[in-house]
Amino acid sequence: MVALKVENLVKDFKRSITLRKVRVVDGLNLEIRQGETFGFLGPNGAGKTTTLKLINGLLHPTSGSIRIFGQDHRNVAVKGRVGFLPENPYFYDYLTAEEFLDFYAQLFGIRRADRRVRVRRLLERVGLAARAAEPLRKFSKGMTQRLGMAQALINEPELVILDEPMSGLDPIGRRDVRNIIVELKREGRTVFFSSHLIPDVEMICDRVGILVSGRLSEQADLHQRLEMTSPASDLRVSGISEETFERLDALSIRTVVRGPEILAEVPGDGSVEKLIDLVRADGGRIISIVPKRESLESIFLREAAPECTESSELEVDRF
Amino acid sequence: MKVQAIAVNTFREAVRDKVLYSLLFFAIALIGASVVLNRLAIGQQTKIITDLGLASISIFGTLIAAFVGIGLVSKEIERRTIFTIVSKPVSRGCFILGKYLGLVLTLAVEVAIMSACFLTMLAIYADDLVIPALWAIGLIFMELSVVTAVAIFFSSFSTAFLSGLFTMAVWLIGHFTPDLRVFGERSGTAMRWLTEFLYYALPNLRNFNIKEQVVHGIPVAAEFMALSVVYGLVYVSVLLVVATLVFERRDFV
Repeated sequence: MVALKVENLVKDFKRSITLRKVRVVDGLNLEIRQGETFGFLGPNGAGKTTTLKLINGLLHPTSGSIRIFGQDHRNVAVKGRVGFLPENPYFYDYLTAEEFLDFYAQLFGIRRADRRVRVRRLLERVGLAARAAEPLRKFSKGMTQRLGMAQALINEPELVILDEPMSGLDPIGRRDVRNIIVELKREGRTVFFSSHLIPDVEMICDRVGILVSGRLSEQADLHQRLEMTSPASDLRVSGISEETFERLDALSIRTVVRGPEILAEVPGDGSVEKLIDLVRADGGRIISIVPKRESLESIFLREAAPECTESSELEVDRF
Repeated sequence: MKVQAIAVNTFREAVRDKVLYSLLFFAIALIGASVVLNRLAIGQQTKIITDLGLASISIFGTLIAAFVGIGLVSKEIERRTIFTIVSKPVSRGCFILGKYLGLVLTLAVEVAIMSACFLTMLAIYADDLVIPALWAIGLIFMELSVVTAVAIFFSSFSTAFLSGLFTMAVWLIGHFTPDLRVFGERSGTAMRWLTEFLYYALPNLRNFNIKEQVVHGIPVAAEFMALSVVYGLVYVSVLLVVATLVFERRDFV
C-alpha cells in the first residue's frame, strides 16, 4: 500500500524585488510505500525542504497533487496520522520539555491521562527524561533536535516525515536519531526523511530518491541499486608465477604489487572465479577477496554534481 | 480543545513575557500617582482619579493588545514555530482563533489587575462612582478586544513592525471616525467617498468611550452599552474571518 503519493508537483516562488518566477519543485513524482524507510537526497537548493513543506501543508502547490494514505494531504484526519520534524526546529523556549510535548499532544486531541503517559515515554525514548522540567531556552541544539523528534512522534504516527533530522548533531546524537529511525521501521511505521549525510542514509534506508533541480533523478531500492551498479571485487594474492601474474593483470581493472602481495581490482563478470582457479592451479595463496559495492555517495555525485553549480542559483530566501 | 490549547499556550507565553510586566507596572504606577495629583487639585479629586485610572487602563491595555498581540502571531512565523503547528491537524482558522482568545484572556487578567487597583482607590475617594466606572471598564475591555483583532488581522499578512504601526494608526483614527465623516461632508466628491469608506471600514472606537460621562456623573443608556457590545462583537468576528482567509492563502517559506 502507498503511504505517500506525489504527482506532477510544481512549486513556483516569486522573488520579492524583481517578482521573477523561480521554479523550485518541477513536476515531481514520488511514491513512498507503507512500512519503508525512504531517504530523500539532493544538493543544497534542490527543493527538498520545499517538497516536505508542501507535503505538510506549509506551502501551497502551484500545481500537482499530494495524497497521504489515499487522501488529500490537507485533510485534517490525515494530518493526525502524520508526524513532522522541520529542519533546524525552533520551539517555544518559555515552555518546559514536558509542557511542550503536552501542548502538541493536545493539538491531536489526546486525552489528559494518555498525554501524561505518552509524554513521559517519549521523553525517555529520546533521552530527555531527566530534563523534563527544564525550559527549552536552556536546551542545546542536539537536545532541541531530540525533543523535535519526540513532538513528531507524539501522535504515534503511521508516516513520519523528518527534514534533515541529523543535521548539526554530534556523532552520538546522529547515532541516537539513526537508532530511533530504525526502531520506527521495526514498529511498522513509514519514515520519509531528507538528509545530506549520505552514509546515514545508506545505513538505514530501504529506498532512496535523489532530487536535482526540483525533479527526482533517481528513485530506487537502495541495496539492489548498489549491488547492480558495482559488482567488482578486490583480490589479494601472493606466491604466483610471472605467467599467472600476466593473466591476472589482463583480466583485472588494475593491479598493484606491494612486496610479495598483489592487489587486483577484478570486474564482476565472472573473472573472480576464473582468477581463483588460476591462482590455486599455480600454487599461489589467496589472502582475501572483498566484493566492492559502489557507494551511495558516488551515485549521488554522479546524479547531482552536474546540477550543483546551477542549483546555487535556486537558493532563494530559505527554500 | 485545540483552540483552547492554543489559547492557553498564548496566555502562557504572554504572562512569561517581561514586556507585559513592565507595561503593567507603569499602568499601576500611574493609577497610584493619581492619589498624589489628587491632593494638588483641590475640588477635582474624584475627577483626576477617575480620569487617570480609566485612561491608564485604556492606553496600557491598547499597548499590550498592539505590541504583545502582533508579536504573538508574527513571532510564530519569524521563529518558524508555526511549522509544527500548521502541520498538525489544526486548521489555520483554529490557530487564529486560539491566538486571539489567548490574547483576550491575557488582556482580561491585565485589565482585572489594573481595575482592582483603580476601583480600590475610587472606593476610598468616591464610592458612588464605582459602578459607573465598572461599566466604563467593560467597554474599554470591548475596545481592547477590537484592537486585538485589528492587531491579529494585520499580523496575519504583515511583519511585526508594520502590524504594530498599522494597529496604532487604526486605534488613533478609530477615535476620530465621526470627525472624519464631518470632514468629508465639507470636501469634494472623491474625498467624501474616501472618508465615507474609512468611516464604515475602520472601527468607531468612540462607541466604547464613556469616560467623560462617568467622570461627570452623566448616566449612560443601557441600549447604548448593548449596541456598543454587539458592534464590537460583529467587528471582531468579521476581522477574524478576514484574517483567517488571508492566513489560509499564506505560504510559510
